Formats: sequence, structure tokens, C-alpha cells
Amino acid sequence: MFEILEKELLARDIWKYTIAAPEVAKKAQPGQFVVLRLHEQGERIPISISDWDRDAGTITLIVQAVGHTTKRLAEMDAGDHILDLLGPLGKPAVIEPVGTVACVGGGVGTAIIYPEARGHRQIGNRVVTLIGARSREHLFYQEELSAVSERVLVATDDGSCGHHGFVTDLLRQLIDDGLHLDQVIAVGPVPMMQAVSELTKSRGIKTIVSLNPIMVDGTGMCGACRVRVGGAIKFCCIDGPEFDAHEVDFSSLLRRLRLQERSAAGCTSAENGTEGCKSQCHN
Amino acid sequence: MPTQPPQDRIKNFQEVALGYSPEMARREAARCLQCRQRPCVKGCPVGIDIPGFVRAIAEGDFAGAVAVIRQDNTLPAICGRVCPQEVQCESHCVLGRKGEPLAIGNLERFAADWERETWGGAAHRPNRVRGGKGKVAVVGSGPAGLTAAAELSRLGYEVTIFEALHTPGGVLAYGIPEFRLPKDILAYEFRQLQLQGVELRTNVLIGSTLTIDDLFSLGFQAVFLGTGAGLPHLLGIPGEDLNGVYTANEFLTRVNLMKAYLYPQVDTPLYLGKHVVVIGGGNTAMDAARTAVRLGSSVTVVYRRSREHLPARREEILHAEEEGVEFRFLTSPTAIKGDEEGWVEAIQCVAMELGDPTEDGRPAVRPIPGSELWLPADSVIVAIGQGPNPIVARTTPGLETGLHGVIEVAPDTFMTSREGVFAAGDVITGGATVIKAMGGGKKAAQAIDHYLRNRSGRPIS
Ligand SMILES: Cc1cc2nc3c(=O)[nH]c(=O)nc-3n(C[C@H](O)[C@H](O)[C@H](O)COP(=O)(O)OP(=O)(O)OC[C@H]3O[C@@H](n4cnc5c(N)ncnc54)[C@H](O)[C@@H]3O)c2cc1C
Ligand SMILES: Cc1cc2nc3c(=O)[nH]c(=O)nc-3n(C[C@H](O)[C@H](O)[C@H](O)COP(=O)(O)OP(=O)(O)OC[C@H]3O[C@@H](n4cnc5c(N)ncnc54)[C@H](O)[C@@H]3O)c2cc1C
Ligand code: FES
Repeated sequence: MFEILEKELLARDIWKYTIAAPEVAKKAQPGQFVVLRLHEQGERIPISISDWDRDAGTITLIVQAVGHTTKRLAEMDAGDHILDLLGPLGKPAVIEPVGTVACVGGGVGTAIIYPEARGHRQIGNRVVTLIGARSREHLFYQEELSAVSERVLVATDDGSCGHHGFVTDLLRQLIDDGLHLDQVIAVGPVPMMQAVSELTKSRGIKTIVSLNPIMVDGTGMCGACRVRVGGAIKFCCIDGPEFDAHEVDFSSLLRRLRLQERSAAGCTSAENGTEGCKSQCHN
Repeated sequence: MPTQPPQDRIKNFQEVALGYSPEMARREAARCLQCRQRPCVKGCPVGIDIPGFVRAIAEGDFAGAVAVIRQDNTLPAICGRVCPQEVQCESHCVLGRKGEPLAIGNLERFAADWERETWGGAAHRPNRVRGGKGKVAVVGSGPAGLTAAAELSRLGYEVTIFEALHTPGGVLAYGIPEFRLPKDILAYEFRQLQLQGVELRTNVLIGSTLTIDDLFSLGFQAVFLGTGAGLPHLLGIPGEDLNGVYTANEFLTRVNLMKAYLYPQVDTPLYLGKHVVVIGGGNTAMDAARTAVRLGSSVTVVYRRSREHLPARREEILHAEEEGVEFRFLTSPTAIKGDEEGWVEAIQCVAMELGDPTEDGRPAVRPIPGSELWLPADSVIVAIGQGPNPIVARTTPGLETGLHGVIEVAPDTFMTSREGVFAAGDVITGGATVIKAMGGGKKAAQAIDHYLRNRSGRPIS
């Protein structure tokens, strides 16, 4: 059992949880994630480790309430316990002295960008951070990111804060204005990562993305998380989650993320849709 | 052995084989000829005194039967259900020359079930072991880890099992379905082990949450790796990343471990569709096919050799046939096609022909040019085998691996290339059987005992 020590609303539907997990806290590195299960009937879901305190034995998770499990988590409070939590999983991000790095976060991906931006800053890279959200009320972590970045630029879809438009517009602008980038890291919704990747590919800038396929175990046992990278199939949970963006087949990833929708709607049944579900579900 | 009728059992996940009554067991046991040469024992990978326990059953001394089995096998209720008896003990039975061999597996199961149901572990609880000889870490809670832990605990060590998943049991928990191995039995075995003093820690991925070196720093004097062969192989054909293509591990894990068949009472969903094609012919393929039948799909198993080469247990093949699973032998998949949204629509296969026998005794296979055909499919389940997981090897300096990533051990000591680190089960052999993993786990435990006693007594040469 893993106790939720603190819970805080960061932005609309986005919660920050501080969780007691001493062994995970001791080992966590930027880029890694945990798989958690809330209760006996719960699903296993992957969530990135946004921060950790090795002395206090805690980790920080930032979770957007989008569906069944993440909403149920949002109903839990400090003092409640998460039944299962496994980690850290995945390969740590490769953080090396390269020069100037742009960290691009979209939506809840901003949470994942944070430890990476900090890591790059700590080893002396110049860090510029760009974050995108639907609107002002979905923005979070500006201050935290400012503390580890030379600049933080913001884009919102509705123009309620910062640039009115996509975060990729900002990135293009930055490059066009003559900022030399040695590396870009992009984490966010698949279309955003794909757009960043296309932009940087045309400019020849090395780009890393953190992929978020559906997972079950998170240890390489099930293959649910397979992604196509450089023409080969990789297991995101053990070979990733970070990959060279210019090698990733984003359309395959996007398609596989829709699996969850039909699975949830179609139950286990032979007929697609909830009606078939009732008649076909045996227990 | 009586079974649930096929038309009933395809609608539930309860156990198919119902077990013997005491009278049936005694009658079956009485058929044993008590041969002096004991050929059946030679066929048992752990050398159970088969004539001994069968005689006890015939005499109605069920407690005596269990005691005999337990000398060599810590998990008889499980082995009685999942061992491939037809190629082990029963294949050597003299009765089999003229008629049916003695149903040794069924009798083993009967004795073990009788023990569990009669005593519930209370009266015959193993004594709590005091430890005192040292601390040993067991990594993985499949049959290899389970057996190693039981043996080490019996030998007087303080044992902690570290398991990555939230439920212990390895393949017994996430792979083999409830209708073949009720999970209560597994839970019972773990309770016994814990009562005996073994500590069980789930949600710990060794190689990540804790490394092997961390285990030594925590005071463990030896480490046993029973991490199995859990990394699923893929076909390497076009379309394998389409939606609706599952590895057998994903499919079975969703159903067995996450109980997706109870959705929406549980949170884990699963989409399957009407036509399911399963690729492979082993136990995993049979389990996947029969599980899909129970979820309401019509199922075709595609296997590249012929029926007599199916590596699955004979009983599973028969049960699958009775449950309406269709088989396409001498057929091999070449591509998977999806609709415009990326969902599986059909699978292309090619007919195969058999050639000369290869080293493993099975005939070679080759495709017949121009024989391609498409089978309709809403889902495809790939059950073509598994290899060892790379996590421990990646994060343990000095741990050597061999072909296909198996961990290499010295044949008699089970020690890996890292001093004090031992391994057995599927992780050293590649996918094998429950009983071989158990046999390995037990021998490795004895080797660990030998190592630790020699190490503390006098320096190892
Ligand atoms: C390595 C990794 C790290 C992640 N880190 C974070 C994180 O730090 N914070 C965070 O909020 N989320 C993170 N995610 C996504 C998170 O796992 C999903 O949002 C979660 O599994 C949804 O579960 P649910 O039961 O709430 O939603 P469901 O009810 O299962 O689905 C609701 C909606 O979410 C979508 N969805 C389901 N699974 C995923 C997924 N894996 N990725 C994206 N969308 C999905 C569905 O398509 C559907 O539209 C990460 C995913 C991965 C693979
Ligand atoms: C679907 C299926 C059906 C089968 N049916 C039969 C059958 O009928 N009869 C038969 O004899 N055999 C059968 N087998 C084969 C048999 O199950 C295996 O040979 C046996 O389980 C191997 O045992 P093991 O202990 O070596 O590994 P496993 O059972 O694979 O257990 C390994 C355990 O280690 C854990 N683990 C792995 N890495 C780590 C880590 N780094 N840290 C912590 N924990 C870790 C895993 O999560 C797992 O729980 C079947 C296999 C499958 C997949
Ligand atoms: S999540 Fe199961 S293999 Fe990656």
C-alpha cells in the first residue's frame, strides 16, 4: 500500500499527488514512470514520475483526470492508499551536455518535461521551455519550469494566455529567430509530438519524444505497449518510453491508443457496443 | 475424470475437470500393477515415488499418499493439473501398452485436493521455520521461485520473495486460466509458504526498484533468479501493430490477472470481436483459444505442423476440440490486414508441407508457393513462445547471458557468472514446463545451501 501524503489541484482536472514510495524515490530518474493500481478491481495505468524526494521517500505524480482510473484517483484524498505501485519503470532519459535544449510540453506532458528540464539545467545545458495548453486554466508548473529554464514561453489554443495557437508555432518562431538548438524534447499529445517531430526533422534538430501507449504490466511481459520505431517493433515500457522522434511511426501509435476506446465500449463481447456486452459477458 | 459438459463450460470460467470422488480414486489406484522396475518414476522429472502414493490411495490412506508425494513435490495440486503426464510418467506405464495407462496425474491431483479440502492447511501446516542460517532473496514467484523458497525455508533460511506483478504465481497466475487451474489453489500454496515464514513482496521489479547489488547490501547472502521467460515473441509479419492483434500474454493477462471477463465490474477492458485467430500450437495457444471461446468468440487455431505435432498437453487439445475450437493445421500466417481505422480484418496464411525431421525430432516445414489464402479475423492472438525478460541482465554487471537471452549457470551448482547469484526455471532453459521449473528451483535451493554452508564454514576453493 502506498499512502497519498498530499494532493493539490494544479489546473483544471490536473492533480498533483505526493506519494510515499521510498524505494521508488531512491531510484527514480528523469523519464521514468510507475504503473499503479488503485484497488482490487482496478486497472494498471502508467504515470510518469514528475519529481522525487529521496530523503523523504516520496514521489510526485501529476495526473490529468481523463478516464475511469484517473478520475477515481482524483476522488482520493491525502491519507488514502494506492493498492499497488511499481517502479521506476522504463529507461532513464539520456541527459548529456549538448548545448541548448528546447523542452516542449503539451497538456499534462508538461509534468514530464519538468524533471528533464531540471536535469539538463543541472549538467549545464541551456534550457528553453515551451508549454502548450488548451487555455489558461489548463496551465500549470510555469513557476517550477521558470526556475530551471532560461525562458518559458506559453501557448494556448484559445489565446487566453501567451501565444494564441499551438506550441509548435512558438518553436518554429524560436528557430526562425535564429536560436540554435542542439536538441528538442517533446512530451504531450501524439499530434503535438508529431508536429514537433516534423518541424525539427526539416531543420535537422535531434528530437526526443516520450511515448504514451496503452500498457498493462509495464515490465515487458505483455507487448501491449509496442510501438513502431525505425521500422522495428519496440516495447515502449522496456525499450522506451523515450525514442528518437524522427524514427517514430506516430500514426501507428495514435491508432493503437484508440484500442482502449473500443475495448471499453465493446466490453469483451463479440458484438461491438454495450448491448452486445451484456449478452456476451459471462462470469 | 468427470468434466463439465462442453456446452456448459464454454459459458463459464470454472474448472473443466471436476476431480475424482474417493471411490473413483481408489478404483483407479487399484489398477496399478506395482511393477518392481517402477518405470513411471523414471518419467517423472522430480522422481515422485508414484507406486508408493498410488498404493496408499488404493488402501484409502489419503494422508499417507500426500505425505509420499510431498517428499518430492511441493505443489502437487498444481502439477496434477498442468503436467504433460502423457509424455512423462504415464508414457512409461505398463498398463498403457494394452489399454489406458494409469491416470497418475489425476490421482496426484486427488490426493492434493483431498489434503487441502480436509485440512485446509490447519492441521498439517508446515512448521514455521526459525531461519538462522542466513538470508536468501528469491526473485520471481513462478513455480521455480516458489519451490526454491519452500526448500530454502525448509533448510532453515530466512527467505524473501520479490515479485514484480501485484499477484504472485508467475505464469500460474497470469497465464494459465482459472478453468484449468483455480486461483484459490495458488493462493492456498502462497498462504502455506507465508505461514512457514517466507516473506512475499509484490510490486518490486528487481533490476530497477532494487538491483541485485542492493539485495546483497540489504544483507541477503545469496540471490535466486526465477524470473522466467515472460517476454513474448512476435511473428515479424506486416500488420502486427494493428489494433486487435494481441500477444497471448497480453490477452491472458487481461483475462486471468485483471479479470477482464468481469468487465465492467472490474476496470480492465478487452476487445475481441467475433472471429478470433490464434497462432501457435502449445499450451499457451490452447489456453488463449479456449479463453476466447468463453468470451463468446468463434476461434480458429492456426498451426504450421500437423495435429500429432501439437506441443500442447493432450487433454487441452481434446478439450479445445470439444469446445468447438477449429484447427487449421499445416498453415502459417504471412500478413495481417486492417480496415481503414486500423482494426484487424483478415489474416493471410500460406499452406505448409512437412520435410525431413530436424534436430529436435520434429519435421521441418516449408511454405507451398502460391497457396496463400485469407481468413477473416476480428482479433489475432500470437502464441508462438516467449524468451527471458532482459531487465535483470541489463542492470546486473557481470551477469552473463547466452542464446536468446537465457541466463547462463554452471550445470551442477546453478550459479550464474555472478558469485552468490543462482538461477533456474524458464530463465535458464527458455519456455519449458512447470515441473521442470520446480525441479530446477529445488536443486538450485540445495546448491545455495551447499554454497552458503561452505562459504561460512571454510573458504570456497
Ligand atoms: C509512459 C507513460 C507515462 C504517462 N504519464 C502520465 C502522466 O504523468 N500523467 C498523466 O496524467 N497521464 C500519463 N500517462 C497517460 C495515462 O496513463 C492515461 O491517461 C491513463 O492510463 C488513462 O487511464 P483512465 O482509466 O483514466 O482512462 P480510460 O478510461 O482508460 O481512457 C480515457 C481516455 O484516455 C485515453 N487513454 C487511455 N490510455 C491512455 C494512454 N496510455 N495515453 C494517453 N491516453 C490514454 C483513452 O483513449 C480515452 O480517450 C502516461 C502514459 C504512459 C504510457
Ligand atoms: C499460457 C501458458 C500455459 C502454460 N501451460 C503449461 C502447462 O499446462 N503445463 C506445464 O507444465 N507448463 C505450462 N506452461 C509453461 C510453464 O508455465 C512455465 O514453464 C513455468 O511457469 C516456468 O516457471 P518459472 O518459475 O521459471 O517462471 P514464471 O512462471 O514465468 O515466473 C516468473 C515470475 O518472475 C517474475 N519476474 C520476472 N522478472 C522479474 C524481476 N526482474 N523482478 C521481480 N519479479 C520478476 C514474473 O513477473 C513472474 O511472476 C505454460 C505457459 C504459458 C505461458
Ligand atoms: S506494458 Fe506490457 S510489455 Fe510493455
